[in-house]
Amino acid sequence: MSFHPAMDYGRGRHKSARRLPEEGPAFVYTADNRAQLEEICSRYPPERRKSAILAALYLAQHQQGFITRNAMRHVAEVIRCTPAEVEDVVTFYTMFYTRPVGRHVIQVCRTLSCALMGAERVTEEFSKALGIAPGETDARGEFTLLEVECLGACDRAPVVGVNDAWQELQEPEAVKALVEAMRSKGEAALTGCYLHVEKSS
Amino acid sequence: MDPVLTPYIREANSHTLDHYIQKSGGYGALKKALGMTPDGVIDQVKASGLRGRGGAGFPTGMKWQFVDKKSPKPKYICCNADESEPGTFKDHVLMERNPHLLFEGCLIGCYAIGAKVAYIYIRGEFYHVQQVLEAELKKAREAGFIGKNIFGSGFDCEIYVHRGAGAYEAGEETALIESLEGKRAQPRLKPPFPAVEGLWGCPTAVNNVETLCNVPLIIDRGAEWFVSTGPEKNGGPKLFCISGHVKRPGTFEASMKTTLKELIYGENFAGGIRGGHALKCVIPGGSSVPVLLPDQIDIPASFDGIAAAGSLLGSAGIIVMDETTCMVWAAENLLHFYKHESCGKCTPCREGGDWLHRILGKIERGDGEMKDLDLLMSIANNILGKTLCAFGDAAATPVLSTVKTFRAEYEAHIREGRCTLPASWRSANRAHAAHAH
Repeated sequence: MSFHPAMDYGRGRHKSARRLPEEGPAFVYTADNRAQLEEICSRYPPERRKSAILAALYLAQHQQGFITRNAMRHVAEVIRCTPAEVEDVVTFYTMFYTRPVGRHVIQVCRTLSCALMGAERVTEEFSKALGIAPGETDARGEFTLLEVECLGACDRAPVVGVNDAWQELQEPEAVKALVEAMRSKGEAALTGCYLHVEKSS
Repeated sequence: MDPVLTPYIREANSHTLDHYIQKSGGYGALKKALGMTPDGVIDQVKASGLRGRGGAGFPTGMKWQFVDKKSPKPKYICCNADESEPGTFKDHVLMERNPHLLFEGCLIGCYAIGAKVAYIYIRGEFYHVQQVLEAELKKAREAGFIGKNIFGSGFDCEIYVHRGAGAYEAGEETALIESLEGKRAQPRLKPPFPAVEGLWGCPTAVNNVETLCNVPLIIDRGAEWFVSTGPEKNGGPKLFCISGHVKRPGTFEASMKTTLKELIYGENFAGGIRGGHALKCVIPGGSSVPVLLPDQIDIPASFDGIAAAGSLLGSAGIIVMDETTCMVWAAENLLHFYKHESCGKCTPCREGGDWLHRILGKIERGDGEMKDLDLLMSIANNILGKTLCAFGDAAATPVLSTVKTFRAEYEAHIREGRCTLPASWRSANRAHAAHAH
């Protein structure tokens, strides 16, 4: 994608070192997603629709699993900016995926507080249980394993994000059982955020 | 002092509007503020001496006073709920268990600076917290606390939640504004400061969640009460986040008269070091500040108390490390964070962070040379103070601080050609993985 639709990066003279996101199938928001996006756009002044770009990308990712070049073009059209501006944003933020990911994206926090409580071992056990290295997706498209930076729940370390849900106080020894439980129960197998469940201390 | 920010967080429905109205005098401070002049509100906050809880400790009343009220443009409050400093998780608790206190703070802030809209910029990973905020905002709107003509005063105000998407840098106030405008979260050159040209070029105040939560308390109980709760210039309740090798990690509310030592060892706080180990060092204010040694922690955990000891209170993210922790490993872990999260705008931070991380990895896996230590210091000193935002300093600090304080440990790694403190809670295979690249 480029600043001008006629310029074709990646071919001819314009070779870029960037790894281009996938073209993907044709993309249009579902009516429901489009309506949601318009509601979010209404939170900003009418001439500031671009502020809704992160929300627009979340909706696209939710609809399709990851963000393709076709999705970026559609987002640009809806937000009324250029596809290059959309790609600029997509490639900056870690929570947008430009490659297909598994149904459950496992995000082990690797930053200091979690690492002090054994996060490295947790990642290692996930790797073993799933048969994939961090950054990879299993063959069945069920799990993607990622290491992420501080999730902001350091008192419940090690913390693991799974899509938009959470698993807290994850011990390395219990990883295998968690993976099994997620295979049958999905996100219902997770602890969630402790503030919902803790009675008293 | 008894908790005032978090008194009910362990009660099941503490986040609901009903609970807030019954137990916390719901929106009474807002009503009181609307009976004052906007300048009167700012004067009250100034008199309280409230200092920003996000990390910099800048006086909130002054920040509001700097907002250009004569500008014909709309004014905005951006609440910084990005909470991305490693070791910090206090705003998480406030938003999830006491969201109406935050809304009330946003509304009073908007009234004071002449804004009609506040945006709460929440980090993308706090999806479950965002759900709470959105649901409670709806209730507050339906009850008439948010919207048109609040309390029949003629004051209109809206609050919206804006979700980020994974970027540490979005916690920097101008980068937060960029992100809110739908761009990459990269900092702006200052001046102009947001108070003059912020969101969409309009006068804007960017305030941390905990800061805004203190505002209704100040209006309700008065500036004198606020001042009286802490040491001079360090008044008010403070949330401390304690994580790492302690018996009871968590968020604790206390006066800034409390010592750092008491927070770590006190029975009402983190309860001491786990497993009978000895304390090695403490990072007292989020990962970006210098470490303190065990003999340096008997000091008030206040902005000025910790600064006097050579570190910073920052975001009050207290990371505790016991004697089993290798400091080269810890520095490498943090520099991985900083190289990953550098927004890439300034060369010293973008290139230097990665370079520091590579050298630390080399030393940690046993391939270091003595000259690397001088190189580390020299790179870090070439980042320090040479970037648009404080992120560069944050990335340099773990290196400068650990090499200075634990130089013997670095030298032992180099001399013996291995990590001299490979704790059982770390991965033994990770060193091999590092070899691969």
